[in-house]
Amino acid sequence: MTGADYNFAYLDEQTKRMIRRAILKAVAIPGYQVPFAAREMPLPYGWGTGGIQVTAAVIGPDDVLKVIDQGADDTTNAVSIRRFFRRMAGVATTEHTAEATIIQTRHRIPETPLAAGQILVYQVPIPEPLRWLEPRDTETRRMHALRDYGAMQVNLYEDIARHGAIAKSYDYPVLVNGHYIMSPSPIPKFDNPKMDRSPALQLFGAGRERRIYAVPPHTPVRSLDFDDYPFTVQRWDECCALCGATDSFLDEMIMDDRGSRLFICSDSDYCRGRQGAGEAAE
Amino acid sequence: MTGSGPILTAEGLGHDFGRRMAFTAVDLALWPGEVLGIVGESGAGKTTLLRGLSAQLTPCRGRVLYGDRQGRQIDLYAQSEAERRLLLRTDWGIVHQNAADGLRMNVSAGGNVGERLMAVGERHYGQIRARAADWLARVDLDVGRLDELPSSFSGGMQQRLQIARTLVTAPRLVFMDEPTGGLDVSVQARLLDLLRRLVGQYGLAAVVVTHDLHVVRLLAHRLMVMKGGLVVESGLTDQVLDDPQHPYTQLLVSSVL
Ligand SMILES: Nc1ncnc2c1ncn2[C@@H]1O[C@H](COP(=O)(O)OP(=O)(O)O)[C@@H](O)[C@H]1O
Ligand SMILES: [Mg+2]
Repeated sequence: MTGADYNFAYLDEQTKRMIRRAILKAVAIPGYQVPFAAREMPLPYGWGTGGIQVTAAVIGPDDVLKVIDQGADDTTNAVSIRRFFRRMAGVATTEHTAEATIIQTRHRIPETPLAAGQILVYQVPIPEPLRWLEPRDTETRRMHALRDYGAMQVNLYEDIARHGAIAKSYDYPVLVNGHYIMSPSPIPKFDNPKMDRSPALQLFGAGRERRIYAVPPHTPVRSLDFDDYPFTVQRWDECCALCGATDSFLDEMIMDDRGSRLFICSDSDYCRGRQGAGEAAE
Repeated sequence: MTGSGPILTAEGLGHDFGRRMAFTAVDLALWPGEVLGIVGESGAGKTTLLRGLSAQLTPCRGRVLYGDRQGRQIDLYAQSEAERRLLLRTDWGIVHQNAADGLRMNVSAGGNVGERLMAVGERHYGQIRARAADWLARVDLDVGRLDELPSSFSGGMQQRLQIARTLVTAPRLVFMDEPTGGLDVSVQARLLDLLRRLVGQYGLAAVVVTHDLHVVRLLAHRLMVMKGGLVVESGLTDQVLDDPQHPYTQLLVSSVL
């Protein structure tokens, strides 16, 4: 073990064991929200304290960590979480998806397909997908246990009745392994298909709400929909202005005060990788 | 396939709230397609009994048997909660006195009627919507209001919407607590007509709780009269109302006439 001043990866061993137990239970029951005794972290809630605790409980000295926020590695949030783990665990960090063994994320799943052995840790603000419908925790837990999910589908029905299509585009609810309905955290629905049967382990940590849940490798994850209004992802007419990608999630950038706009990849590592490959090919 | 036995049986049923007895020693048997009325003045224990019969409250004493579609007699409170909830979503329906208790007020009329279909696995929007529209028509609601919120409906319309929402999955057994309570007299009459038509058309078995003898006169084949938590008289509706035996029933009948 490390010196007396601090413990490896910040959390004390007992806390790590407690969180690991919660993670094991979460992995054993895909999509089920496991309560855990969240610790105070040296960051405010909303900065990914749930994700940080999960990462701290699973990280080892040989791991390589990547942290993204809105697809980018260089936002304040991502930079400070990465620095935190470099300092507290001395682990290597990277911006390359393929090099990382653990990727902590807020708002995106990387475009580069994940591989077996990788762990994706999501920062989750609101873990309960039934919360809008039912404020009582005892009742939502019962609804999950009994798969009493009719009202969830009603929500989608109302969207179609009102807007002619399912309007929800972020935090789009999914059915995990044919049993639990799960909130995928506020990622765009564009990323939902990447969760389905992913070879990577997906862990979700909600700090304020003290919940951990998981999607083990190769688990079916289905986005809720109707037979005649099937789930679809966002598409753009444009391609990325920097790398020309036509298959990635694009952010719209306003370029000047005349309102000219550009679309560029939200996943900056993916975009840089494609630009590099393009230059190399020239 | 219908079973050979009663669709609902209560044996020695009773419930107390703390030291206060709500109802006790209730025995009854309801047969498929039959409507049982439970009458009595306020506080007699009717609502509590209905909740005890319909898996909404676990009674302190006795048991309730449900005769399912396969002819099995199922001990309701020996079932798991999951099994009871499944029954409530499929074979049974509950019509609440207060429409707001039985409807989602922030969901359109179509979504309200469609919910039970979705709860049992329907996943075709067009079909769900078509069946919701069909049921609005069956309860005499304007199909053009399919996308409106129940809060824009009158009390009588809300009650009809609640009935559509309940019957859309073709339950075999329906529980109603004061279904016409709180409505204007002319609205009551129309709702009663509708209920009578639907019960006959779909061969529903029903338990109807009311303090209003007009309701049971129109709807119920048989009657149970309750007073202070006890059943004081029961029999065929016409018999009980035209030739009441118990002094309390005599009082009840004379006070409406
Ligand atoms: N949730 C409750 N807690 C305590 N007492 C109750 C409750 N519900 C009903 N009661 C009491 O039980 C008795 C029967 O009530 P209820 O079944 O509502 O009668 P009814 O429907 O015939 O008016 C009344 O004395 C009532 O005050
Ligand atoms: Mg009552």
